[in-house]
Amino acid sequence: MTTAMESILMDSTVSGNPGGGGGGGRALTPRVGVVDGLRQTFSLAWRTLVQIRHNPLELIDFSVQPVMFLLLFTYVFGGAIGGSPHAYLMFALPGIIVQNSLFTTLNTATGLSTDLKEGFFDRLRSLPIARFAPLAGRIVADLAKQTWAMVLLLGIGYILGFRVGTNALGVLAAFALVLVSTLAISWALVLVSMLAANPEKVQIFGFVVLFPITFTSDAFVRTASMPGWLQAWSKANPVSLISDAVRGLMVSGPAGRPAVESLLYAVAFTVVFAPLAVRAFKRRV
Amino acid sequence: MTYSIVAEGLVKRFGQTVALDGIDLAVPTGSVFGLLGPNGAGKTTAVRILATLLRPDGGHAAVCGHDVVTDAHQVRQLTGLTGQYASVDNTLTGLENLILIGRLTGQSRAQARARARDLLAAFRLADAADRAAKTYSGGMRRRLDLAASLVNRPRVLYLDEPTTGLDPLSRNEMWDVVRGLTATGVTVLLTTQYLEEADQLASEIAVVDRGTVIATGTPEELKARTGALTLAVRPADPADVPTVTAIVAGFINAEPVATNTTVTAPVSDERLMPAVVRRLDDEGVVVAELTLRGSSLDEVFLSLTGHRTEEEESVAA
Repeated sequence: MTTAMESILMDSTVSGNPGGGGGGGRALTPRVGVVDGLRQTFSLAWRTLVQIRHNPLELIDFSVQPVMFLLLFTYVFGGAIGGSPHAYLMFALPGIIVQNSLFTTLNTATGLSTDLKEGFFDRLRSLPIARFAPLAGRIVADLAKQTWAMVLLLGIGYILGFRVGTNALGVLAAFALVLVSTLAISWALVLVSMLAANPEKVQIFGFVVLFPITFTSDAFVRTASMPGWLQAWSKANPVSLISDAVRGLMVSGPAGRPAVESLLYAVAFTVVFAPLAVRAFKRRV
Repeated sequence: MTYSIVAEGLVKRFGQTVALDGIDLAVPTGSVFGLLGPNGAGKTTAVRILATLLRPDGGHAAVCGHDVVTDAHQVRQLTGLTGQYASVDNTLTGLENLILIGRLTGQSRAQARARARDLLAAFRLADAADRAAKTYSGGMRRRLDLAASLVNRPRVLYLDEPTTGLDPLSRNEMWDVVRGLTATGVTVLLTTQYLEEADQLASEIAVVDRGTVIATGTPEELKARTGALTLAVRPADPADVPTVTAIVAGFINAEPVATNTTVTAPVSDERLMPAVVRRLDDEGVVVAELTLRGSSLDEVFLSLTGHRTEEEESVAA
């Protein structure tokens, strides 16, 4: 054991330290460069995506679950809400894309909470890496998961009869809008994950808040069918605005106004919650 | 002598709780330095400050000449952290965990993979390289934790309670690993609640209590001061306790501790025993129990501080 250990550490002064004179004379960098920070971000994003390979349940979480939602809503509720499954699919697919992305932000929050609780975050912070990399790595990974889920939903939707009414540019713009909006909203969930004691609490809190917000929007049903007091809220609900914008960009109808309003919400969420989340992050770790 | 870690007057508060109340440390380069104390003494808080995870509220500390607050990035390039609070990703395999850290610390893909394989082999984890860390036993997990902290070839290594919660076999394995490290010139700062562990591994020990260092020295010096052994005498007749106390006091420098039935005292020389037995016999004391055993941390504390260790809630988190 001892000899193996010696070789493990001894070669440190040789191969790991080409410029330095051994011992404490190792060449140190004064700070993390931006390029290094981005590289570290992608290494950590890789780590989050590799986790999926070892946890098939997570694959179900962000692949099977959205497809299940799509099928249930189209064939169970579709006829009743939209007249026919096909008519409803054209209305609901954009809403389901938004709903699914929103719920994916919970992954960011519970994942962060798990890392904090299990001490992996301390390991990361003890390394000479950019301070933003752990958080950014998780966000990049979740954006990748969201993109995958959106493509999957669009593909399955196409098989079920959904047709894009605009063009490829419209679809890309819709995807981009969803990513920007959910990224902004995820700041609020990052804050929750910093304040909550464990991942389970984050999950419960997220569900209790995200569920009603999503279902009181026009993601699944038209606002006009709701009682008056709910209509007022639903029209201001950011989930409604994002859904409207995605509909406009992917199917038909006005996209400009809801898109601009969605982006204003995104700015507001970022301005309010990003500093709070970063402050809570610094206090917690 | 050169020092790899120097801390002066470190203070850290968490709300009303004072976790560190002015800690001074000087850890010689290449040594294993033991930070010995009970739960809540401030050991982990001190390590977290030295590993740049916490900012001290007062005092300052430097690792290899780099201030832990102003030169944190340099300090992180020189240090490795293993312990209760620095962990691996349970869902990744052992290999993936080590590769991730290699990549994060600037190694190429090939370098990171080769280094990970070397470390896994050295820590006898090669067979488990492709299994998720959550399937590892407690001992394997600690070894993986330790391997993770060595990926970046640290000059200073923090081992925060490396054997807490391990079974005796895994603990002995861990001790062998730490002894192996010392042969390589790495400076190790080890925290522990176990006197025996500090005695086994450390060349110098600082005893920490309530956020301050209450004693420092080599294990031998500390044992000489506090008594590495504890003598316990229980007379058959409790009425003999004062007599026994007086006899024992005649052999040691410290004041023996007497309960209603038993007299205990720290001693440093086992050759004392026959002499004590003769005196007890001369005085006609009938002894029900007479033992000489290794001192517990509690007893060392008692002799150093006059109070027993308090199992306080750890305030370090």
